[in-house]
Amino acid sequence: MIDMTVVELSRLQFALTAMYHFLFVPLTLGLSFLMAIMESVYVMTGRDVWRRMTLFWGVLFGINFAMGVATGIVMEFQFGMNWAYYSHYVGDIFGAPLAIEGLMAFFLEATFIGLFFFGWNRLSKLQHLAITWLVALGANFSALWILVANGWMQNPVGAVFNPDTMRMEITDFMAVIFNPVAQAKFVHTVSAGYVTGAIFVMSVSAFYLLRGKHKDIARRSIAVAASFGLASALSVVVLGDESGYAATEHQKMKLAAIEAMWHTEPAPAGFTVIGLPDQSGQSNRFEIKIPWLMGLIATRSLDGEIPGILELVERAEHRIRGGQLAYAALERLREDRTDTAARAAFDAHWSDLGHALLLKRYRDDILHATEQEISQAALDTVPRVAPLFWTFRIMAGIGFYLIAFFAFAFWVVTRNRIEESRRFLWIALWSLPLPWIAIECGWFVAEYGRQPWAVEGVLPTFYAASGIALKDILISLAGFVIIYTGLAIVAAKLMLKAIEKGPDVLAPPAGDDAPAAVDDDAPESDGRALDALDPAPAARA
Amino acid sequence: MDFIPFDYATLRLIWWLLLGVLLIGFAVMDGFDLGVGTLLPFVAKTDAERRIVVNTIGPVWEGNQVWLILGGGAIFAAFPPLYAVSFSGFYLAMFLILFALILRPVGFKFRGKVEDPRWRETWDWALFVGGAVPALIFGVAVGNVLLGAPFHFTPELRAVYTGGFFDLLTPFALLAGLVSVSLLVAHGAAMLVMKTDGPIATRAARYGSVAGVLAAALFVAAGVWIATGIAGFRVDSVVDTALASNPLHKTVSTAPGLWMDNYRTMPLTMAAPLLGVLGALASAVLLRLRRGGLAFVASGVSIASVILTVGFAIFPFLLPSSSVPGAGLTLWDASSSRLTLWIMLLATIVFLPLVLLYTAWVYRVLRGKVTDASVADTPNAY
Repeated sequence: MIDMTVVELSRLQFALTAMYHFLFVPLTLGLSFLMAIMESVYVMTGRDVWRRMTLFWGVLFGINFAMGVATGIVMEFQFGMNWAYYSHYVGDIFGAPLAIEGLMAFFLEATFIGLFFFGWNRLSKLQHLAITWLVALGANFSALWILVANGWMQNPVGAVFNPDTMRMEITDFMAVIFNPVAQAKFVHTVSAGYVTGAIFVMSVSAFYLLRGKHKDIARRSIAVAASFGLASALSVVVLGDESGYAATEHQKMKLAAIEAMWHTEPAPAGFTVIGLPDQSGQSNRFEIKIPWLMGLIATRSLDGEIPGILELVERAEHRIRGGQLAYAALERLREDRTDTAARAAFDAHWSDLGHALLLKRYRDDILHATEQEISQAALDTVPRVAPLFWTFRIMAGIGFYLIAFFAFAFWVVTRNRIEESRRFLWIALWSLPLPWIAIECGWFVAEYGRQPWAVEGVLPTFYAASGIALKDILISLAGFVIIYTGLAIVAAKLMLKAIEKGPDVLAPPAGDDAPAAVDDDAPESDGRALDALDPAPAARA
Repeated sequence: MDFIPFDYATLRLIWWLLLGVLLIGFAVMDGFDLGVGTLLPFVAKTDAERRIVVNTIGPVWEGNQVWLILGGGAIFAAFPPLYAVSFSGFYLAMFLILFALILRPVGFKFRGKVEDPRWRETWDWALFVGGAVPALIFGVAVGNVLLGAPFHFTPELRAVYTGGFFDLLTPFALLAGLVSVSLLVAHGAAMLVMKTDGPIATRAARYGSVAGVLAAALFVAAGVWIATGIAGFRVDSVVDTALASNPLHKTVSTAPGLWMDNYRTMPLTMAAPLLGVLGALASAVLLRLRRGGLAFVASGVSIASVILTVGFAIFPFLLPSSSVPGAGLTLWDASSSRLTLWIMLLATIVFLPLVLLYTAWVYRVLRGKVTDASVADTPNAY
């Protein structure tokens, strides 16, 4: 039997390290593009202030990037360390995108990041600009491949179970790459990263403007971030909707849990805006519903029916019984690989094999599971509804807020009133944590909503874990908590220190004799006139 | 799957070779970073000196570490059971490596940000740990691969590992760890002699040449131990190199000296251990002569040869099992499917040459010695 304490602690460790890692990834994704845009403006206009902006944001980027690298390698190792059976069971499919991520993306990003920092005096302007774009590109490629891998866990396409090797094996790599879930996730996730970068830049710049410091850099940074942020915030929500649509097709239980939809409703189903989901009573209290909306979002039709949680549990029970047949056939095949009857039975039921593995939680000999164990295992396919219901609503709420925020920011910037809008600057400053909260909620919905599955319908999470000793996982978990907490404090302090010091320390404004000086250090009135022009080249870039 | 131009056995062999290429890539490229990290407290006495040492590898170590990430990813993709058994079996050792590697990126980035000497010393120690600990553990891990690890499988191929962390620290494994540390120290010293001047280069040459001689001696000692004392493994049943991957269908025997079998039947492979020794000795001599570039080539050849030596000795094993020898993993029964190996090969053919090209370009851009002046000139220097 599997030690459930080890499983739960392994899950906790993976969740902590993944969510911690993802504090840094979105900022890398967003800030790298923002810096590339700023440097492009510098190369095109030759104005030194844009070079100084790139250098300054580069310092903050560097601290964040180091944390991303430090915590990223942990993720790759952990699949093997804590999820050994997962690694064996789906490594044939899951390993490839990870390895390609290293080949195609990490090398690009990590090789050129050194030149980004150390190459300013060794490269021509254009060469350095190319390096900055390549770093941004590398970061985004890396997100693509990791989300192809994650998308496969949500919707395992293009693979079959091979009884000879006791694992899933790839049959169609193109299906894995062009998995609709992976594609929707990729654009949704990188857009969220761009929003994070944009908010970060806006917030720090707002802080400077409120203090009346570094105005030349802060104003231009806000202009770039507002336009970039608006486009990205729109794309996050539109593509988030695409994600939801993909879930309708491939992860019905996750969708039903997010919506706390216990019973199948006549189409088109209503959308529960708010309510108190009650797992044991299998109902919601105090719910407020908008009729039709859910059906429209999820099926994009008036007559598409969305199954409720309880109906899905019934379906799961049916699949568990089918899986038992597959499991029985598999045992016979292990004894005699030429048993054609067993082979035929296995081929007929193999896609339900994962559901039978849910019974492993209750007994090793799953062919003799009792009725009660089968219905309990079917109930296990329901994730805990309330946390999903709420985190999804927090995420979506922040998403809509950020669209409004950036739309307003964009309007203020185009009217050239950013410095007078002190109230808006305060809002921008205090909006800083919001994208991070939304993103962490988003990952929680994606991963916790997939439970009890490590790979949807294929491999239960508890069954995917390594058989490591309890003390080993306790040692590593404690170690990660200690070192990650320590590093978080140090990194945050260094960030604040760098922001406090401001851009002038690293990149002092050019002297009076420099050609750019006339533009950049111009009196306030002229400077504002220039600002109206500046976003334009940024947008063209 | 007839569109795949190689049969299963060939693809498996190619991936065995590519695994070697990636491990060598990691050991040669990231190896000098680990070596420089290990040498940091010994070759640099003042903050200014330490700053120079840190900045010799500062711009390139991140790219080099990708060899490790890629190596891990390639094992995951090409030999999933090997990835599953080794990473979970060596759990606490892996955690220690992670702990040390986490210290590196932050050590580089953070040390220069505050001018307080205690702050800088703290991160210099972090960089030392981030270099020395992985260098040692990777060697210990290779030693344990040669000894075999205590694991077996259930019929469903769940790996069951029956050892603990301290079981990894046998005398032979520790000897292998010391081979690794001394070799990487010589390698890192060669890089420092190439990239620095004055007292740092002088100290690096001194420590590096001692390390080179030590590496050669320890490597020979480990070889003698392997030939005479350490139990090797041999597959006794007929191996079908094209069968579906399942490590449960073979019988394996174990006896001292079996790791020499391949060397006896294919004497040409003896070139690997020979070059391992000669390369280490040559690097020691060249370091004495202050020929950093040549010493770097020599230590690089030595590192590659040492890895090949292990690969040739245990072929076709990837990770033998000491507790249930039949469960040991070989490249014939622990690989991915034919299609996955083919897809991964395509990706490697397309991207690895590109990686090598732009990496070479980056090193060209960054050529030249690191000095006080060059550090002061670079706005983002660590």
